[in-house]
Amino acid sequence: MGLESKLPNGILLTNVERFVNYSRSPSLWPATFGLACCAIEMMTTGGPRHDMARFGMEVFRASPRQADLMIVAGRVSNKMAPVLRRIYDQMSDPKWVLSMGVCATSGGMFNNYALVQGVDHVVPVDMYVPGCPPRPEMLLDGILKLREKISQETFAEQGARA
Amino acid sequence: MTELLANIPTQLISLVTIVVLVALVWLFLTRTVLGRGFSVPLRTMLRPVETHEYPEKPRPVQPRFHGRHQLNRYADGLEKCIGCELCAWACPADAIYVQGADNTLEARYSPGERYAEDYQINYNRCILCGLCIEACPTRALTMTHEYEFSADTRQKLIYTKEQLLDEVPEGGEDPPHTDRQVRERGLNYYGGLAVTPPNLHGGKYRSAAAAPSVRAGAVVPPGELTASGELPHDPAAVGGQVRPDTGGES
Repeated sequence: MGLESKLPNGILLTNVERFVNYSRSPSLWPATFGLACCAIEMMTTGGPRHDMARFGMEVFRASPRQADLMIVAGRVSNKMAPVLRRIYDQMSDPKWVLSMGVCATSGGMFNNYALVQGVDHVVPVDMYVPGCPPRPEMLLDGILKLREKISQETFAEQGARA
Repeated sequence: MTELLANIPTQLISLVTIVVLVALVWLFLTRTVLGRGFSVPLRTMLRPVETHEYPEKPRPVQPRFHGRHQLNRYADGLEKCIGCELCAWACPADAIYVQGADNTLEARYSPGERYAEDYQINYNRCILCGLCIEACPTRALTMTHEYEFSADTRQKLIYTKEQLLDEVPEGGEDPPHTDRQVRERGLNYYGGLAVTPPNLHGGKYRSAAAAPSVRAGAVVPPGELTASGELPHDPAAVGGQVRPDTGGES
């Protein structure tokens, strides 16, 4: 937030930290970044049966300015990588990236010249969801773990990440 | 006129009012475009809820669901994995790493010559297709119903042998066992098709370099060692207890 660097020494911000994290974690708005079959499972997760709206994140934002979580769902080709990076750069802070499926995480079974071997070559990833494709429960589990991680984050960590 | 109205009982007036109102609402919901639109959410509100309450009440998966792997053990705690690397060969994503090593007389981890000294599955790559399960000759590798293993680093998604191994069954003991212990137990590990340790029948234990001759000497006719009462053709028979989460594939 930049607040902690402007304060004199000796002022603890733990409660502010907790409040900020509490307000950030429960309603992540995902940017749509469906690239392959994982996107189908991502859509299912937003549908009525698994209903991401229960976690305050049913609005998949097509505009990156209004999103704060990028779910990279599917294999990232070398041609897509600059686009992905641009979308990430356009998202406003604070922002998080969730790598959904093994192709986004490491290239998966496609170890070849066309694909980026892991989306963390391009953007910093906060949560890896394995599976090919992950079932909606797996994605929800990843999102809940990410929320847990966000709620534990300190200002120093956030500053280092931004 | 007022007297006429006053003579009508109030109950009747309210009844008529209610009937008229209900009729109006009914006409609105069935005859007007707007009302027919509104009736859809009203009807949907009365239907049973379709949403799974996932983190609180996860629905059970199908019995043959492909979840996280598990390395199984025999009832005495010996590992079923013989370090043959067939799973690694079968894997289309190159996600499995096996490093085999020789069992010795002092330290025996599995029946037979070899065991997996190191066993890693990389869930950054694994597509949970189950080809490794089909390739495994001893049913050492099976899949559980566990699917919640997201992690925040790639390192945490590489599962080592300690994480993959099943817990020691009751009455069993964590390997290494000595060769003597295994022989005294006299269990029949491969359904009568081959004998536990290579030297059980007087064969002299040698290193893996001399393996073919040792193996040839170790095979006994079927049925000779089925004294412990297991079915001769069921490789999982010695495994004993059935875990509910593996769908009986322990």
